[in-house]
Amino acid sequence: MLDDFLVRAALAAVGAALAAAPLGVFVVWRRMAYFGDATSHAAILGVALALALSIPVFAGTLVVALLVAFGVARLTGRGYAADMVLGVAAHAALATGLVAASFLSGPRLNLEAYLFGDILAVSKMDLAVIWGGGASVAALIGWRWQALLLSTLSPDLAAASGVKPERERVTLMLALAVVVAVALKVVGALLIAALLIIPAAAARPLSRTPEGMLAGAATVGVIAALGGLWAAWSFDTPAGPSIVCAAAITFGISALAGRLVGGRNG
Amino acid sequence: MSGLIEARGLTLRHGRREVLRDVDFSIEPGEIVTVVGPNGSGKSTLLRALIGALKPSRGKVTRQRGLRLGYVPQGLRLDGSMPMTVARFLNLPSRVEAAACAKVLDEAGAGDLAGRQMADLSGGQFQRVLLARALLNDPQILILDEPTTGLDQPGQASFYRQIEALRDRMGCAVLMVSHELHVVMSASDRVICLNGHVCCEGHPEVVAQAEEYRALFGTGTQGALALYRHEHTHRHDHAPGETCDAG
Repeated sequence: MLDDFLVRAALAAVGAALAAAPLGVFVVWRRMAYFGDATSHAAILGVALALALSIPVFAGTLVVALLVAFGVARLTGRGYAADMVLGVAAHAALATGLVAASFLSGPRLNLEAYLFGDILAVSKMDLAVIWGGGASVAALIGWRWQALLLSTLSPDLAAASGVKPERERVTLMLALAVVVAVALKVVGALLIAALLIIPAAAARPLSRTPEGMLAGAATVGVIAALGGLWAAWSFDTPAGPSIVCAAAITFGISALAGRLVGGRNG
Repeated sequence: MSGLIEARGLTLRHGRREVLRDVDFSIEPGEIVTVVGPNGSGKSTLLRALIGALKPSRGKVTRQRGLRLGYVPQGLRLDGSMPMTVARFLNLPSRVEAAACAKVLDEAGAGDLAGRQMADLSGGQFQRVLLARALLNDPQILILDEPTTGLDQPGQASFYRQIEALRDRMGCAVLMVSHELHVVMSASDRVICLNGHVCCEGHPEVVAQAEEYRALFGTGTQGALALYRHEHTHRHDHAPGETCDAG
């Protein structure tokens, strides 16, 4: 079954969507959208470095995403305006990656594949990385779930309950780096943040608890993954952007539905 | 050590500004201590250092091993990006039984709010839910940072009556930052007057007469009134006699 490239693509898309959901809700709750952008743009630099050093692309993107995430967190912790630091980091990372990629010669580097994803070329190895990475993200966030929720609502309340908000922030940055590395092949560096934010945002109007929103984000993610892939196949459109479009449509429907049932975001 | 929480030589900086300098602090079981001081005097910073949310630049904070602590932060608002019912909120960070939730909600006067969304609560309801959460796990000490911010005056009065009743029933210590002078004067065992450092402390009557306190808030009962007026811009709420006294 895994020999069919379309089956592999579907499994990759669903795996990436499931990996993104538990992190995506926190990106929305903690207003880390720009942070996600900065980290995922850095993936291009990771790809360039990985190819230059002949190490696996997954490892390269993981390491660079980690470095950028912690570097940005450090700078904002020192009193720089978060918005400014992220604006600098997001674009500097992307530009540096593109410049670094230009030094690599030869047919090895198809830049478009890394910017927008190359899901139809997913290998069995890629699938193992995607589902393995997704499972570790789910395990990590599941383990810290309660502490993460409280730290997100109020770092002070967390501290008073013996939770260390700083440590929970590190948890999320680790998870973010893994998701970036995992989702790169599926939607590409430019649209990873969309895969994080849109399903979670779509789930918000229809949920009453954090767990409900997580389940909703995972559901929307899977629907978008399969719907987008189907659209890409039917209309011969690029798969990664099609998946994000499908997610955006689901968001629109959910926002309308939330309004109709009198949800608070209506 | 005998105190539930103790601080020795506590110094804390925000950037280059020294917010707290050489603060010694201790609170005994069952004691009610109120911290007063002008805006920016480090009251909230002191409380946050005592619960472990801020790391001292110098000095040491010691909490009794296994201390059960209930904390109500100042001015917390939730923006609604996270869906969160009151009942779910009480289950953070550890799960508690539904009966325990219902009990603390009743005690805090928020019995009917369990199913509501946190972001939809009014200011007063929100404070009561925060108090309910602080009451879980039978705390040995309640730490309240201006818990009545955003409440109208009847709301404030009933909130403090509730705190007193709770202390009497549960025997927990209470440490609070408050501007409500009637609370400072009647219910506190000890008042700490803070302005970056501890200006003076002791029985409320004694502190009200202390020179350092007068220097910060004016003199005598007028001092009390000055502080009161300082925090409440609605002068027309005061009886004319009071205003004359103060002037």
